[in-house]
Amino acid sequence: MNLFLIAVGAALVNNVVLSQFLGLCPFIGVSKKTETAAGMGGAVIFVITIASAVTSLIYTFILDKLGITYLQTIVFILVIAALVQFVEMFLKKMVPALYSALGVFLPLITTNCAVLGVALINVQKSYGFITSVVNGFGTAVGFTIAIVIMAGIREKIEYNDIPESFKGTPIVLVTAGLMAMAFFGFSGLIK
Amino acid sequence: MNKTVECLYSGIIKENPTFVQMLGMCPTMAVTTSAVNGLGMGLTTTVILILSNMMISALRKVIPDKVRIPAYIVIVASFVTIVQFLLQGFVPSLYSSLGIYIPLIVVNCIILGRAESFASKNNVWLSMFDGIGMGLGFTVGLTAIGIFRELFGNGTVFGVGIMPEIYEPVTILILAPGAFFVLACLIAVQNKVRLEKAKKTGIAVTVCERKDGCSDCTNTLCGGKTFTTESVKREKEES
Repeated sequence: MNLFLIAVGAALVNNVVLSQFLGLCPFIGVSKKTETAAGMGGAVIFVITIASAVTSLIYTFILDKLGITYLQTIVFILVIAALVQFVEMFLKKMVPALYSALGVFLPLITTNCAVLGVALINVQKSYGFITSVVNGFGTAVGFTIAIVIMAGIREKIEYNDIPESFKGTPIVLVTAGLMAMAFFGFSGLIK
Repeated sequence: MNKTVECLYSGIIKENPTFVQMLGMCPTMAVTTSAVNGLGMGLTTTVILILSNMMISALRKVIPDKVRIPAYIVIVASFVTIVQFLLQGFVPSLYSSLGIYIPLIVVNCIILGRAESFASKNNVWLSMFDGIGMGLGFTVGLTAIGIFRELFGNGTVFGVGIMPEIYEPVTILILAPGAFFVLACLIAVQNKVRLEKAKKTGIAVTVCERKDGCSDCTNTLCGGKTFTTESVKREKEES
């Protein structure tokens, strides 16, 4: 039950994009079409879940054991970059169908600050292995929900009459602000 | 001497990272809930930018071209860790209010962007001034947005009450949605300026005409800042 609360909290209450502002670049950049947005969301769920598992293991069994937890930022960013490369190569070789669906998004994820953010939050809140994985998965699902909803709205916005200077990124940000307000409704869900 | 002044000028005004280049939007939106936080984040980033620019510039002939990005990331991450501990030790209040956004400076695209486009091509002295200029430009941007949001969202600036008693603060401005609205207006103003300029000079502004989003785009620094100038072209043809 506790794990379920953590997952819901990460996905809806503290939504990674709309309340913590992590992963804004892909949120704005890749939300023009629902299919691509869903693809990006899938890739993010995949990578963040694996990354939170790996970083949690590395933190507990290497950094904490050796007393070098102060190296966490450097180690995490390198592990994530290597992991994304590795996942890309693995998928290309072993699961080509999944690779063709997610492949183009994988290199973009290295620069997604949500991945590093989740790894750091897991350490900050001293989550164990399973809790970290659940938190990572929940956060990524929250990202996917936000980006897919945004893509759906953007497809409709295309037909609207928008002031010249608000075209492009500004109207997307206004929409995101309204979505963030709507997501405030979830804040009574926990605690 | 002239070149150093030019570096400062272009960083603070001409190519201001916040108002002109629109880089590093995640920290910009997350920490500008108050002027103090904006200033603190800006100065922290400035210190890291100066140090990493100097180090990368000093090592630019040693680092092999193929592994330069990982090498840059390691250098930046080292400085971020050092600065993080200094803040924790000497300014604990700022450390706790910025929280997770301090280690996330590693993935701030301003720092890697300057490393790639300036520090890897210029000497240490100029890179230092580029770091100072860009860092101060970022600080000015963050502080200005922080002052705006704090003034209208809370009625204070740097914690000092400014607005008269009768003013009812627009609390939403210091909450998460407010960040999106403020930034939207900021970019809209910038677009307006660019469109006016394009109308006057007749030179089209940078246009991104990709229909499929940024998924295949190699320009990772753009971050989806697409806007069209078709209507400008049309208006020019009509007149």
